[in-house]
Amino acid sequence: MKIHEFQAKRLLAEYGVPVPRGQIARTDEEALRVARQLGEGPFVLKAQVHAGGRGKAGGIRVVDSIADVARAAWEMLGKTLITAQTGEEGKPVRTLLIEEAVNVGREVYIGIIIDRDKACPVILASAEGGVEIERLARERPDRVITEVVDPSVGFRPFQANRIFYGLGLDGSLARPVMATVIGLYRLFIDKDLSLAEINPLVVTDEGGVVALDAKVVADDNALFRHPDIAGLRDISQEDPLEVEAGKHNLNYIKLKGDVGCMVNGAGLAMATMDLIKLAGAEPANFLDVGGGATSEMVKEAMRILVFDRDVRMIFINIFGGILRCDTLALGVVEAARDLVIDVPIVVRLEGTNVEEGRRILAGSGLSFAVATDLADAAKKVGETARRIGRIGK
Amino acid sequence: MSILIDNDTTVIVQGITGKEGAFHTAQMVAYGTRVVAGVTPGKAGESLDGVPIFNTVRDAARATGANASAIFVPPRFAGDAVMEAVEAGIGTVVCLTEGIPTLDMIAVRQYMKGKDVRLIGPNTPGMISPGSCKIGVMAGYIHLPGRVGVVSRSGTLTYEVVDQLTKKGIGQSTCVGIGGDPVTGLSFVDILEMFQHDDGTDAVVIIGEIGGTAEEKAAEYFREHMTKPVVAFIAGMTAPPGRRMGHAGAIVSGGTGTAAQKIDALERAGIAVVKDPARVGETLSGVLSRSSGR
Repeated sequence: MKIHEFQAKRLLAEYGVPVPRGQIARTDEEALRVARQLGEGPFVLKAQVHAGGRGKAGGIRVVDSIADVARAAWEMLGKTLITAQTGEEGKPVRTLLIEEAVNVGREVYIGIIIDRDKACPVILASAEGGVEIERLARERPDRVITEVVDPSVGFRPFQANRIFYGLGLDGSLARPVMATVIGLYRLFIDKDLSLAEINPLVVTDEGGVVALDAKVVADDNALFRHPDIAGLRDISQEDPLEVEAGKHNLNYIKLKGDVGCMVNGAGLAMATMDLIKLAGAEPANFLDVGGGATSEMVKEAMRILVFDRDVRMIFINIFGGILRCDTLALGVVEAARDLVIDVPIVVRLEGTNVEEGRRILAGSGLSFAVATDLADAAKKVGETARRIGRIGK
Repeated sequence: MSILIDNDTTVIVQGITGKEGAFHTAQMVAYGTRVVAGVTPGKAGESLDGVPIFNTVRDAARATGANASAIFVPPRFAGDAVMEAVEAGIGTVVCLTEGIPTLDMIAVRQYMKGKDVRLIGPNTPGMISPGSCKIGVMAGYIHLPGRVGVVSRSGTLTYEVVDQLTKKGIGQSTCVGIGGDPVTGLSFVDILEMFQHDDGTDAVVIIGEIGGTAEEKAAEYFREHMTKPVVAFIAGMTAPPGRRMGHAGAIVSGGTGTAAQKIDALERAGIAVVKDPARVGETLSGVLSRSSGR
């Protein structure tokens, strides 16, 4: 689960990491009040959205005076910010973080991720702040300092020491930099994070350091033991159809194409998207109804596909196991009766109770194109897509 | 022949009285798996479908001599359940639970170090050596005993591929789901090594997906150590970056873990990568007839 920068910075501050003085504002009046409390300026206004690339997209503004704060806030709030990471639909700006501007000296990177193979946290640091660390690690591994944590003893002081000297900073910064790295690690472990990143950590004129930007991603599977973190979720940053799907335990991600698909199992759902693409069309979504879906869940899944305005045809691909094909067919038929479905549907069923499932579809009086296997399904999806493509354009 | 499990495998089910545990115990027994004990704290002395229940894995292992365990325990207790099985000396542990916190799995991996145990999963459909033993939730009837090994990070996509193989008359030695989480027990490389050394396996199918670098490591292992033919499919060519595609481990982050990178690494190692998920069976069939014609 992603959280906002201001939330990440509050957590960092709790763990002793210095962050710029700042407050959030949701209106231009609030912004003005915050600016007055902070002092004379200059100020930085930062759009709080769940995406990177804000600077280039106009989501970060530096202004000199209190008067400019109100105007900038008024211009930024309520807008949709489109960055390189948001996609063309963008993210709504409902909150601004207003901070005292910091004179930026040297910038460094510090982050923590999980190394999947070694099964342990890894601290990454680089003297080049503001970079995308995975890219740097791939292209210039010599510029990245890596400290692998032995989970049985945790992050050790000697490792913080090695990171500090690896960064090549002035010796007077040893204490604040090491305290920052150790604080970040404690936060990572205490809150079950999957990513904790300070990018950049900057050296201030006063001879200290401050976390200019921060990114925190929490492990969804551990939210049950961190109600404080779970409470930081901001659904305004999520697609409304995705939020609705989540309420019904459906795993749904909205995409850009027009072929809606419903699949059981995440791997098969990804493969189905790939198949749609190979058939010459574009998937409108990822939708995994899960291994143990009920006909109720299947109905909800159909509702989401039908309510997606981009969907011009539907492809249902089910390999029945615990989810039986007859359960699936019943859900689809019920949904087709309750909703107005005016797009063609291709269905491919295999596995447990497949004969019964096919009979239910055939006997429903509704028109489905039923595929015999995956290759046949791909063919039918391609044909249907070409047909509606011609009619629609 | 097979890897990891066979006719001599005897299984304890941890969480046997839960909904999932009870259902799949019956299914495994019906398939012919030798389920010899169940564990649910507080239910010692009871039994389920004729399987005796114990309070702890140690009690169950001592009474039955079981050498494998299937874990159907809710996510918040599942890491502990794996450790309990490891401590009791169970050699093959299959953790089917989805949703275990990553830091719990890190503790489990740490705990396993230096101990003689093979962990499959978590977040796996399990594994099956067709005709002899099934520890998992897959439908048994789609499988056919034979000589092709299958190793995968997903569930239903594996069934799809196995079904394609079976319909072409290509049987399987063992099908292993290594799990869809970021941190798991055995990796692609571990399983490939076992298949390479298994006399009952002639060829292997790898079913990978976006996220991490497990497929790249498999490619490296193949290039350096394998003589048996391998066919691979990688799901997620069309997956957007930065989004978790169902499985906790299926995410492209910072340009790393893309399907294109994985396919490239596998192809450069000499592995036949199938782009169309409907043609995995067909491709393997071609590879097998070519290698037998040599």
